Amino acid sequence: MTDNQHIIEMNAVHKWYGSFHVLKDVNLKVSKGERIVICGPSGSGKSTAIRCINHLEEHQKGQIIVDGTELTGDLKHIEQIRKEVGMVFQHFNLFPHLTILENLALAPIWVKKMPRKDAEEIAMKYLERVKIPEQAKKYPGQLSGGQQQRVAIARSLCMSPKVMLFDEPTSALDPEMISEVLDVMVELAEEGMTMICVTHEMGFAKKVANRVIFMDAGQIIEQNDPHEFFDNPQHERTKLFLSQIIQH
Amino acid sequence: MTTETQTYELGNHPDLEPPSNTTGIMGWLRKNLFSSYVNSVLSLFVFYLLYLYIPPLIQWLFIDAVWTGGSREVCEVEGAGACWAFIDSRFTQFMYGFYPKDLLWRPNSAGLLLIALMIPLFIKSFNYKWMLGGFILVIYPIIAYFLIHGGSFGLEVVETNKWGGLMLTLVLSGVGIVASLPIGVVLALGRRSEMPIVKSVSVVYIEFWRGVPLITVLFMSSVMLPLFFAEGTDFDKLLRAMIGIIMFQSAYMAEVVRGGLQAIPKGQYEAAQALGLSYWKSMGLIILPQALKLVIPGIVNTFIALFKDTTLVLIIGLFDLLAIIQQANSDSAWLGFDTEGYVFAASVFWVFCFSMSRYSIALEAKLHTGHKR
Repeated sequence: MTDNQHIIEMNAVHKWYGSFHVLKDVNLKVSKGERIVICGPSGSGKSTAIRCINHLEEHQKGQIIVDGTELTGDLKHIEQIRKEVGMVFQHFNLFPHLTILENLALAPIWVKKMPRKDAEEIAMKYLERVKIPEQAKKYPGQLSGGQQQRVAIARSLCMSPKVMLFDEPTSALDPEMISEVLDVMVELAEEGMTMICVTHEMGFAKKVANRVIFMDAGQIIEQNDPHEFFDNPQHERTKLFLSQIIQH
Repeated sequence: MTTETQTYELGNHPDLEPPSNTTGIMGWLRKNLFSSYVNSVLSLFVFYLLYLYIPPLIQWLFIDAVWTGGSREVCEVEGAGACWAFIDSRFTQFMYGFYPKDLLWRPNSAGLLLIALMIPLFIKSFNYKWMLGGFILVIYPIIAYFLIHGGSFGLEVVETNKWGGLMLTLVLSGVGIVASLPIGVVLALGRRSEMPIVKSVSVVYIEFWRGVPLITVLFMSSVMLPLFFAEGTDFDKLLRAMIGIIMFQSAYMAEVVRGGLQAIPKGQYEAAQALGLSYWKSMGLIILPQALKLVIPGIVNTFIALFKDTTLVLIIGLFDLLAIIQQANSDSAWLGFDTEGYVFAASVFWVFCFSMSRYSIALEAKLHTGHKR
């Protein structure tokens, strides 16, 4: 059943919030190294879809397989998958009571049982990659939004994930800080990381995505490579959406 | 107001002193005490009241007070103020109750040991705080029990009905505080659990214990509980009171902690989960440290309430500080010095409660990590 080419497989996934049907028959196969951008109007289920991949939301029907492990209610499987899937949130969600270095080293120490010294070494390595090693001893509250989001990316990378999920990583940022976060993401993409990004940054989509997915009302309406998607959208709903975001 | 006559070249305006009537003592008085007619009248009125009551109070408390003396006669002289001789002559009893005099070194050394153990906790560069803290919470109570109660290592047994005074108050509140916080945390987590059985057990527990007055709990523990046990299996009255207090206060503690848990944004839980932390690790490392920090004022509030509530044990015949002072008040050799007794009790309670309050403020300041997200 498992296909080694695909690191993530969503087969006919359905989800309800109470009686509200949020995800309707979502099918998505992601290959290793693929970069996918998901866009769509708010409430279209795009965040919910990627939050199902690391089981922050539970799907009620269908099948989700991450790196050969199927997501069920089984806690062992869930924790296994979360070790391999990194996630970056809209509101960063750094731990405000810990220093930047402690934020990064926490999961390697407590989840991977790595000695503190090694974990901190890895943490510093990734802080350097996101270009803020000098902030290691500070607390999240002392950093700007862009810096916090870069720390959040580094925090996920410390677990050496096979897949990175980005849930509107730049939506809560001041305009002048967006590019510093996108630069880090572009770099990550260039290194061959498998990425699924929910974002409205169309410049980013054109630059790095292999595939752009458009969702509306809980369904995948259209997917295509970025050029085709932006220059030649097929579906009416996609055309409307694109015309609206391009207007400004 | 005088108008500024001197002009400066644009862009070269120097820093000037603020107007003299807005700074210093005069400025402070003007701003805080005499800012309007009503304020001025109120200030003067309060000064008059202080003038009326404070000097005689100080006169009675300190200047005319009788500090030492073996009997009431020393206090019955003309113009004598507070009779601290009464406190002085009963001091040992107020501190230890009816604990045998020749064995007082045992509670004393238990107390000194605790102080000695706690000193390193306040030293910044001391690296083994967690281990020492664990030692104080787990091993120390056992040592203290064997020291104060005796029964092994060749120490004579001192039954708990001989314990009393401040020592009993501290034992009750110390054990109450140390035990009610962790139980409260577990109950708070239980109440927020998604598992229906855990959740309902927690809710029932909390609502039951919050719904009954502490006096009832103590009565039940001392009067009703023995009825359910076979004759002879009767266990210690102090222990029963202690368990009652812990059960009662942990319900309050649970609600305080739950308030903190609810204030932590959902994103914190999600970030911890997304990193692969298990439930207990994310609670212990991410959620609880933040939640408990947030509710330090509430926790200390509960501690202070618990400390003062221990005085209620007098109704089941345990002699805590207040009970033993009350008992001394009715001693015919020292009749008529109730005021001194109660003032003493109040000051001792105040000192302990105020210290807890100050400590909590210092702790909050220490744990503050920049701006909230």
